Amino acid sequence: MEVGPKMEETELSLGLGLGLPGGGSGGGGVGEMVVKSSGVGNKRGFSETVDLKLNLTTTNSNSSAKDKTVTSPPLDLMKNDHKAEDVSSKITADPARPPAKAQVVGWPPVRSYRKNVLAVQKSAGGSEDETEKSGGATLVKVSMDGAPYLRKVDLKLYGSYQDLSDALGKMFSSFTLGNYGAQGMIDFMNESKLMGLLNGSDYVPTYEDKDGDWMLVGDVPWGMFVESCKRLRIMKGKEAAGLAPRAMEKCKNRS
Amino acid sequence: MRESKPNGPGAGPGPPCPDQVLENVLENVLQFLTCRRDRNAASLVCKSWYRAEAMTRSELFIGNCYAVAPGRATARFHRITAVVIKGKPRFADFGLMPINWGAHSTRWLTAFAGAYPFLEKIYLKRMSVTDDDLGLIANSFSCLKELTLVCCEGFGTSGLAVLACKSRQLRVLDLFEDEVNDDEVDWISCFPESGTCLESLSFDCVECPINFAALERLLGGSPNLKKLRLNRFVSIGQLYHLMIRAPQITHLGTGSFSPSEITQQAEQELDYRAAFTACKSLVCLSGFREIAPEYLPAILPVCANLTSLNLSYANINAEQLRSVICYCHNLQTFWVLDTVGDEGLQAVAATCKDLRELRVFPVDPREDSEGFVSEVGLLAISEGCRMLQSILYFCQRMTNAAVTATSKNCPELVVFRLCIMGRHRPDHLTNEPMDEGFGAIVMNCKKLTRLAVSGLLTDKAFDYIGKYGKLVRTLSVAFAGDTDMALKYVLEGCPNLLKLEVRDSPFGDSVLRAGLPHFYSMRFLWMSACRLTLPACGEIAKEMPHLVVEVFTSGTEPVHDEDEFVDTSYMYRSLEGPRDDAPEYVRIL
Repeated sequence: MEVGPKMEETELSLGLGLGLPGGGSGGGGVGEMVVKSSGVGNKRGFSETVDLKLNLTTTNSNSSAKDKTVTSPPLDLMKNDHKAEDVSSKITADPARPPAKAQVVGWPPVRSYRKNVLAVQKSAGGSEDETEKSGGATLVKVSMDGAPYLRKVDLKLYGSYQDLSDALGKMFSSFTLGNYGAQGMIDFMNESKLMGLLNGSDYVPTYEDKDGDWMLVGDVPWGMFVESCKRLRIMKGKEAAGLAPRAMEKCKNRS
Repeated sequence: MRESKPNGPGAGPGPPCPDQVLENVLENVLQFLTCRRDRNAASLVCKSWYRAEAMTRSELFIGNCYAVAPGRATARFHRITAVVIKGKPRFADFGLMPINWGAHSTRWLTAFAGAYPFLEKIYLKRMSVTDDDLGLIANSFSCLKELTLVCCEGFGTSGLAVLACKSRQLRVLDLFEDEVNDDEVDWISCFPESGTCLESLSFDCVECPINFAALERLLGGSPNLKKLRLNRFVSIGQLYHLMIRAPQITHLGTGSFSPSEITQQAEQELDYRAAFTACKSLVCLSGFREIAPEYLPAILPVCANLTSLNLSYANINAEQLRSVICYCHNLQTFWVLDTVGDEGLQAVAATCKDLRELRVFPVDPREDSEGFVSEVGLLAISEGCRMLQSILYFCQRMTNAAVTATSKNCPELVVFRLCIMGRHRPDHLTNEPMDEGFGAIVMNCKKLTRLAVSGLLTDKAFDYIGKYGKLVRTLSVAFAGDTDMALKYVLEGCPNLLKLEVRDSPFGDSVLRAGLPHFYSMRFLWMSACRLTLPACGEIAKEMPHLVVEVFTSGTEPVHDEDEFVDTSYMYRSLEGPRDDAPEYVRIL
């Protein structure tokens, strides 16, 4: 399903051929996600990427584990999904069956402010890092080309690219998401579609990974992204196009 | 004084009629009433009293920003000089609320800009405040003396810069536990070079480096500055230079309290003890954000004068604490990390006989972390500090015996918040539920108004609360109770219940029915991860026109009709009906 360069405010299917066979998911509900499979380290080919139907105005998180159409058990993609964990704890709220060791959102009731402070303390070296990562928070700086301000986000607060994209959208209100945005994973194997996407977008989020490379956001499953992202930069689509070949290279090398 | 009505055309002013005399007298009397509950009562006596009270009220307190519209408040009260507004419910602090839920300050600030241009004090808690809002404040209130923002978010250093630049009368700028965006703006430099009337500047929560030279100049130009709370980007050496410039300081937030990597050598050689010695009026100490414990003894010269000490970001052990706490015999407020262990608390108990408030926070705020304090510490504290009024205690192990003993040792308790971090943990010695301990608290602490329970709890605990907790206004419940009876006991038994926040407990729709007669006398009810159904919430909304019933999830996923239970229902009394600024994923029934 091709989507034009204009940002659509209604349902968007991720272009780039992610309309998978049967992946229309009935086409009806918004915010449905079908996880085909997602072993880490598997070659993520065409059929293995996540099909997301996204609605930009009402945000339908793809990370709800309550979603009845999840056909396979949440794998690594759901690793940082707070909602999944929260739900699992809700289901077993019966004291006779104490829940498993999964962390629950907001428990113990320590303010995120305090958690962040303690997390920063834990990471060695008092000086401000670009990533302050520990049990508590994964704070990364976010800059946008042309915007006069920086922001910081705690990646652990989000369960998916969609959530992150929503949050970024609010922070940078002039930030217009192209069809790509941060809405999900990209199929890097299909170069022409990728380039088409980038050339058509206004802004594209990129990130600096552990190796110091600048990558396009969305190239890896969410969980991996949270672990490896050190800094975010929202740059113009045309500039990001320069990253695409390298990203594809890296993607090929990974599998 | 009001003018009296003329008797007739051409006649001079006659004697004031009796009604007006009464109102004038009333106004003169009522202006001395400061407690807002007294004022509310007075305003209900009759129309005359209502008007007089409205004319004399100077502080406006809005406990829930959605309970009343700004216009209604400004129409009733004309002479307000101070406002306090609270927005989101407390569980928002723990990530249980969706992004952009609301509590936007703009509407209120705009209304105030029109109605109270001479506003002097603004206090906002858990509100969403944007940089534009700060700009609005800076531009609209030329007389603003105090701005306090607690647990707010949405603004950054660019907003602070505008405030610093334009609010010339500002005496107090206090930022407590806000989320402040780093816009890479040097806001400290924006304070007027010619000097300020600042008395209090608190920016310990601002997570961005500051221009130290500008801060030094600011201090130099602010002779009235008594309260200064620095952020962690101020090293101990820099703190030294500030302290010697401002020995009149009474409240100090010490910043990182460790040397910076670059100037470490030079910083080690400064005489910190001398700097503290010079601060003869210092009574309140906090900060210690990245403490290098070897510097802690520097505070010894001021320990005897301290009434408040906040070490809750300082990772220190019992030994290190003991070396300073043994001199703090005037301490009334003490916040600490559990790294000091039961032993550290014993040291506190031995010295701080006048302690009123204790808060013990976990260094590792995860559910399955190793806890460093237990019932031993709590017991010691209760035995040593009989005057305690407020306890917040995070631990992993607790016993009914210790909690019961606390209830007897500390009859003055007004606030008791015990958080056993592992869910559903029983008394670790007897393996029984924690019912008896909390029961004892409500039984013996007759002044208790705020209670937070935890650990394994059956309905019995709530039976006790309903029976004995007659003054309880705020109750926090998590992972507790067996049946709906638990909340029914509370709703029916606690006449003063104002705020009830419940999460992850097996309470269902019948609780809502039971609570119906009480909801208008409560500020709000929060129930998340319980067993409330959407239809039941809808029925409540229908039956109670002055109750706003919101349902939502903790993210941006909307509530589905076919879900068995709602994620979160947040209901609050309101004169205004459903608000119009809710995001799409928040449903208002």
